[in-house]
Amino acid sequence: MDEEYDVVVLGTGLKECILSGLLSVNGLKVLHMDRNEYYGGESTSLNLNQLWKRFRDGDKPPERLGSSKEYNVDMIPKFMMANGALVRVLIHTDVTKYLNFKAVDGSFVYNKGKIHKVPANDVEALKSPLMGLFEKRRARKFFIYVQDYEDNDPKSHEGLDLNKVTARDLISRYGLDDNTVEFIGHALALYRNDAYLDEPALDFVKRVKLYAESLARFQGGSPYIYPLYGLGELPQGFARLSAVYGGTYMLGKPECKVEFDENGKAFGVTSEGETAKCKKVVCDPSYLPNKVKKVGKVARAICFMSHPIPNTNDSHSAQVILPQKQLGRRSDMYLFCCSYSHNIAPKGKYIAFVLTEAETDDPRVELKPGIDLLGPVDEIFFDTYDRFEPTNQHDVDNCFISTSYDATTHFETTVQDVIAMYSKITGKDLDLSVDLSAASAAADSEE
Amino acid sequence: MARTGGNKNLQAKLVLLGDMGTGKTSLVLRFVKGQFQDYQESTIGAAFFTQVLSLNEATIKFDIWDTAGQERYHSLAPMYYRGAAAAVVIYDITSMDSFMRAKKWVQELQAQGNPNVVMFLAANKADLEEKRKVGVEEGEQYAKENGMFFVETSAKTAQNVNELFYEIELSFESMSDANKLEAI
Ligand SMILES: Cc1cc2nc3c(=O)[nH]c(=O)nc-3n(C[C@H](O)[C@H](O)[C@H](O)COP(=O)(O)OP(=O)(O)OC[C@H]3O[C@@H](n4cnc5c(N)ncnc54)[C@H](O)[C@@H]3O)c2cc1C
Ligand SMILES: Nc1nc2c(ncn2[C@@H]2O[C@H](COP(=O)(O)OP(=O)(O)OP(=O)(O)O)[C@@H](O)[C@H]2O)c(=O)[nH]1
Ligand SMILES: [Mg+2]
Repeated sequence: MDEEYDVVVLGTGLKECILSGLLSVNGLKVLHMDRNEYYGGESTSLNLNQLWKRFRDGDKPPERLGSSKEYNVDMIPKFMMANGALVRVLIHTDVTKYLNFKAVDGSFVYNKGKIHKVPANDVEALKSPLMGLFEKRRARKFFIYVQDYEDNDPKSHEGLDLNKVTARDLISRYGLDDNTVEFIGHALALYRNDAYLDEPALDFVKRVKLYAESLARFQGGSPYIYPLYGLGELPQGFARLSAVYGGTYMLGKPECKVEFDENGKAFGVTSEGETAKCKKVVCDPSYLPNKVKKVGKVARAICFMSHPIPNTNDSHSAQVILPQKQLGRRSDMYLFCCSYSHNIAPKGKYIAFVLTEAETDDPRVELKPGIDLLGPVDEIFFDTYDRFEPTNQHDVDNCFISTSYDATTHFETTVQDVIAMYSKITGKDLDLSVDLSAASAAADSEE
Repeated sequence: MARTGGNKNLQAKLVLLGDMGTGKTSLVLRFVKGQFQDYQESTIGAAFFTQVLSLNEATIKFDIWDTAGQERYHSLAPMYYRGAAAAVVIYDITSMDSFMRAKKWVQELQAQGNPNVVMFLAANKADLEEKRKVGVEEGEQYAKENGMFFVETSAKTAQNVNELFYEIELSFESMSDANKLEAI
């Protein structure tokens, strides 16, 4: 370990592992350490014994839940957009070959006390009970505009400059009512509040397009895919990529203290009395607590069930979005469900998560509207945790700190953070224009 | 997974385990490409091979996973073992140390791996008889105790390399209904 490295990476969360992989591929000499004995940091997937150790002070999990080993419960549950940025990174790096994906069965939205399938294109709009007859026709026209919109084809813009026109104005052109705007904004464009309405419409249109194109990708009922054995496989896959390109891995390293010189520049990392010298340090917020600030708090419940979420067409995997206004909140709430069909639980078992940005200190009360939709649960954990953002300047201290995993139900922001960090670390841009069809083979073979 | 008739297409993951320099990469290269290099570099840049083999009535696509150095500080990820149908633990007959470490890998496999994984023990570098430190019986005995198939190989002379992989194929064929063999 007493060697000199270009970069020492601390923590094996998804962001750190993607970076470690990209940096090693780029020819840098990387040492990657974690204080834990396992891969994944905050974004790991835990088995039953690990879960009970963490949330139940070491009690033994009940026998009726089955074998501990068969569980892979995500700590940061998210789904992957089939055409999204993470899929591009996976194809770009060829990490797809270490993983198997399967489509997520369903995507739903909560409206007036009921769960509805999310309509995502002109055809589905015509069938959806979420809208009345005339509204359906208006929505259909809007979807056709979005589907046809191409950045580099001015004809498809219909005379609108989406860098100037706001989302609100675009919507009013089609005369959509508030109900429709809500599910399009929150369940398709995946905004967590309504601030987007007064922003230029381009981002809005692109998000709806991403949703629709991802949905069209596989013949599933949702635009999402998810890895077999849980999200914890992702950091492991990228760690392997890093190792394949010469990255050195050390887990279970206590302390991992970043060393600074008299000018406040990081020059190495010490663990167990040995210092690894390096030019740069990359880490998650927990390794440099003095260089981050708290920016939010998450409330979540992890629920063990023996049935799918009711009213989701028996989906073995599903997402349900509960828009803020439906619950009288300032931010949306989400339900995720996964099961043995993605090898994250034994046969017949389902894991559901209820998640939201915490607005109070009482997750039990706050999450109740979501939990009420689940039906009977076999076991439930409540948890809140803080979210951090870096406050340092990397040109001053040579430290590159990731932002805590955010509220989004998917990985678009995760990858944006990684790409920005990569450019800061290397001074290079990452070109992610890849052939997306390369991934369909991997996913199809699972069908 | 239901398969009909005699036309089967199987995919199977095979993992290699063993200390640095025991010849993991060399054995695979001998099998996949029929080559051997006297100065095989420590594995960097490629640690995943596929090879398609035709059996009596089936085709098997092997996904062969090489360790890529994560074993150096015992930091192999669980995903490495995940879903593996077969594992080949390799030691170097000229190093008692590598044999001791091979036993550690077998224990780790028994703890971490799929309980149905078929294990093979390969005593490699059998061409270096004059430098032998680990006797044939020692390896044989250990393999027997742990229900492993045993073979002495040489990636250099190709001794028993095809036999090793043939034996792996046979073991797959006999577990025709095993759930770790994904039908493509
Ligand atoms: C339900 C819920 C769950 C939460 N879970 C967590 C958690 O697991 N961990 C945690 O640390 N904190 C979590 N939080 C806390 C929360 O993340 C922060 O308060 C919040 O992230 C503030 O960030 P923002 O202002 O950047 O959000 P926003 O303004 O919503 O920014 C979102 C960003 O995501 C990008 N984006 C989103 N969707 C898409 C898309 N479809 N396509 C392309 N780009 C997209 C946009 O470009 C935008 O920049 C959660 C909050 C909620 C409501
Ligand atoms: N004489 C002899 N040398 C061999 C044999 N197999 C491998 N070697 C040599 O042993 C060295 C190490 O072989 P590798 O195949 O790189 O070993 P490895 O287990 O893949 O090593 P790492 O990738 O570092 O873990 C190379 O110099 C090979 O040429 C063999 O059967 N006989
Ligand atoms: Mg090798």
